[in-house]
Amino acid sequence: MKVLVAVKRVIDAYVKVRVKSDGSGVETQNVKMSMNPFCEIAVEEAVRLKEAGVATEIVAVSCGPQQSQETIRTALAMGADRGILVQSDEALEPLAIAKILKAVVDKEQPELVLLGKQAVDNDFGQTGQMLSALLGWSQATYASKIQKADGELTVTREIDGGLETIKVKLPAIVTADLRLNEPRYASLPNIMKAKKKPIDTMSPADLGVDAAPRLSVVKVTEPPARQAGVKVGSVAELVDKLKNEAKVI
Amino acid sequence: MGSEDAELEQLIDTVDRFVEQKLKPREEEVERTDRVPDDVVADMKALGLFGLTIPPEYGGLGLGCYEEARIGMVLGHTSPAFRSVFGTNVGIGAQGLVIDGTEEQKQKYLPGMASGEIVGSFCLTEPETGSDAGSLRTAAVRDGNGYRLNGTKRFITNAPRANVLTVMARTDPNEPGARGISAFIVDADTPGIRLGKPEKKMGQRGAHVCDVVFEDAFVPADAIIGGVEGQGFKTAMKVLDRGRIHISAVCIGVAERIIADAVGYAKERRQFGKAIAEFQLIQAMLADSDTECAAARALVLDAARRRDAGERITKLAAMCKYYASEMVGRVADRAVQIHGGSGYIADYAIERQYRDVRLFRLYEGTSQIQQLIIARELLKEHD
Repeated sequence: MKVLVAVKRVIDAYVKVRVKSDGSGVETQNVKMSMNPFCEIAVEEAVRLKEAGVATEIVAVSCGPQQSQETIRTALAMGADRGILVQSDEALEPLAIAKILKAVVDKEQPELVLLGKQAVDNDFGQTGQMLSALLGWSQATYASKIQKADGELTVTREIDGGLETIKVKLPAIVTADLRLNEPRYASLPNIMKAKKKPIDTMSPADLGVDAAPRLSVVKVTEPPARQAGVKVGSVAELVDKLKNEAKVI
Repeated sequence: MGSEDAELEQLIDTVDRFVEQKLKPREEEVERTDRVPDDVVADMKALGLFGLTIPPEYGGLGLGCYEEARIGMVLGHTSPAFRSVFGTNVGIGAQGLVIDGTEEQKQKYLPGMASGEIVGSFCLTEPETGSDAGSLRTAAVRDGNGYRLNGTKRFITNAPRANVLTVMARTDPNEPGARGISAFIVDADTPGIRLGKPEKKMGQRGAHVCDVVFEDAFVPADAIIGGVEGQGFKTAMKVLDRGRIHISAVCIGVAERIIADAVGYAKERRQFGKAIAEFQLIQAMLADSDTECAAARALVLDAARRRDAGERITKLAAMCKYYASEMVGRVADRAVQIHGGSGYIADYAIERQYRDVRLFRLYEGTSQIQQLIIARELLKEHD
């Protein structure tokens, strides 16, 4: 089974994100960038499927600027076989990425596309679902467990208040949730070997996709600073305040 | 950024994550138990840390001196005991073979050393010969198609877990100086080799040193590194040259960590109604520490680049070791001062770090030996 994994380059999850002073977006200059953590989980799952003899080839795809090549290299170091960079310096929205991925899927004909459930930069959480709709394939989102048997996947999904287990027919789209696995560290020798693995580069236009933005950002602001708390003198006062001021009980 | 740079940054990034997420949280455990946990050692093997400097044809990464230094700095951000686990395979325990070994010797040992299955140690120091290494007494006497080794080696890092030893021994009893010394690659389980008890050290708990005692231990003739008698001291000195850059880089990493911790403490600790970081006398200590650390970093990276370019760097390597190890000593001392009484209490990492860094000025050539090397090279330049 050929597996396509989508990987996105985002601001490193451990970096404190700062809003640009003009409110047009967040500061990305001189900020450490890494693979989106949910994409890492998707790559790890693909590699585990290959190690288990279920997947035969793993293709890592990234849509974004030239530097997204580094993100693909990370996926290659983790165990993906080759990479595809669809290069665009424009900000790409979920729909544009889904269209690009559809074009790549048409070319590559994988049986399974693995994605992170969302990217931690914009938190859209839409790309997998849109891709599923565009392809007309089954989807299993927020996966915490994946098993394959005879042309279908059994996927456990994390939903509000519990777990839901569903079966989907292949080919399918699966988006990875946090507890699907714990991604490995790419070993240092594998990082060195990754540079010999091939990465194809193309543009959205090469794939016949119009990636022009349809959304516009109106304003980005910092979250409000936390207000100072108050000390209460007694349990009775606390209960009173929770009841009558905070109105939470 | 070129692809080589991007690759180095990825290596550094991976090691950095490993240090921050897997090693730093275990520092106190290592200090308490005097042992690096087995699962951490297994993770280090899986990551490839044992093979940093071993050439790729033997399964290592074959990092250049500059790359090794950059990674050494990151490794310095956590307790030096962690680095020590694979430090001898990266440095003194393997470089003798890498630099001067025969093809057979390399084939036999280096792949296992790169994967971490084989741990190497370097046996130079003896009870009576420390800085004056050229006068060492361990004897290798011809016996049939090999040699019998007799003598005691002291303070041998990683000897308790070592599988192979690089042993400096005198093959020519009529030559009391450095030219009578040969380097042997010896399996640690050779009959006649006995280990002393691990020493109780001031710091770097979790990293172990002990005596290695040779009593009529038989080694075959082809165990001489490079296959030629009398080259051992030269081999040892070449190994130490590169090792000095590595140790210097680790010193810088440790200093960076200590400075970061001290800044964090100074911003949090309040006296006279404000954070002590706002007081100029505290700021002066931080400024001195950061400046000296930056100077050491510049020196070490310059020396590493020059070595990669093929320059002879004996003087520069000694300067690096001398300056960086003394620098981290001063930085640690100031950091204790910034912490005040708390810095003397084991609840704060600086109490441990202050003891840990003391070793850097002593091993792989004391500061005084580095001064002598620097002066000797300087005087030669003006001959």
